[in-house]
Amino acid sequence: MSDEMMDEGGVVKKFMYVNRKAPHGTIYALESLEVVLIAAAFDQDVSLVFVDDGVYQLMKEQKTDGIEVKNFSPTYRALEMYDIEKLYVEKESLDARGLTTDDLLVPVEVMSAAEMADLMAQQDVVLSF
Amino acid sequence: MPIEINGKSVETDEEGYLINLADWDEDIAGELAKSENVEMSDSHWEVVNFLREYYNEYQIAPAVRVLTKAIGKKLGPEKGNSKYLYELFPYGPAKQACKIAGLPKPTGCI
Amino acid sequence: MLHTVNKSPFERNALKSCLEHARDGDVVLLIEDGVIGALDNTEFTAMVKAKMGTVKICALAPDLEARGVSSKALAGIELVDFGGFVDLAAENGPVQAWL
Repeated sequence: MSDEMMDEGGVVKKFMYVNRKAPHGTIYALESLEVVLIAAAFDQDVSLVFVDDGVYQLMKEQKTDGIEVKNFSPTYRALEMYDIEKLYVEKESLDARGLTTDDLLVPVEVMSAAEMADLMAQQDVVLSF
Repeated sequence: MPIEINGKSVETDEEGYLINLADWDEDIAGELAKSENVEMSDSHWEVVNFLREYYNEYQIAPAVRVLTKAIGKKLGPEKGNSKYLYELFPYGPAKQACKIAGLPKPTGCI
Repeated sequence: MLHTVNKSPFERNALKSCLEHARDGDVVLLIEDGVIGALDNTEFTAMVKAKMGTVKICALAPDLEARGVSSKALAGIELVDFGGFVDLAAENGPVQAWL
């Protein structure tokens, strides 16, 4: 951890949140988002990655009235205001689903599985949802 | 515990936050403000209305740090600082103003 | 017979197994995260298409809408609402839920 920085007396660590589940069918996507928002108060170096069905969390035009659950998808657009700006989506996951970044509701960086693996290896903490 | 207003009964949780966002109107906001010992002025309403718009847009009650920044951007730096907001809402702008705005308690607000 | 699938084909093999066990004239209804199996241009589209001649494949519209994927549903898949779900269950005998 040679690249740790000191910030107002605290150590800044690299946190990665790995999102792998489609939204609404299970609670994982919402739980992850809530943890990210709470942890944002601690000013850490946060990356959010979306792989496998996790890419569906970022789909535009989600309308949940018909299944009577909260539509939390607009909250991804608030992440920037919480200084969470590193959002990564895996290319292989998009391709397998016939999706492109045009389908997504926030700007993201697309990376290959190999690049994502490297990014994962650089983290201090990886939280999987 | 329900609060009674104009013959209507509105459900709140154990901390006094509205259970159902759709129940909110300005009379209820006034009643919630009273329970917080906040005398509503135009400046208070400005923040409360800002919060409602914010929630409508992002489906989340912002943390105080985010609220301060967002207010500064929209209403100017003389309002986007914690001194101004704490003068209006002494027990925490996010917490008190969210309650009066009928929003849930901000995520991460202990 | 009515089969329901509520898991994404990327997540579990329930859809694959279901399609392998569905007989001619059976109905398959995709619900919850299972609606991902109803989408066009995915790795599972061909598998679903191959069954569409002999098996009626339906998807629950509110679950597609919730996930923002209504416009990506494969042509030929019948969209139903909750009332339609009940009708399918009533009209098609036993229900097998592939979890």
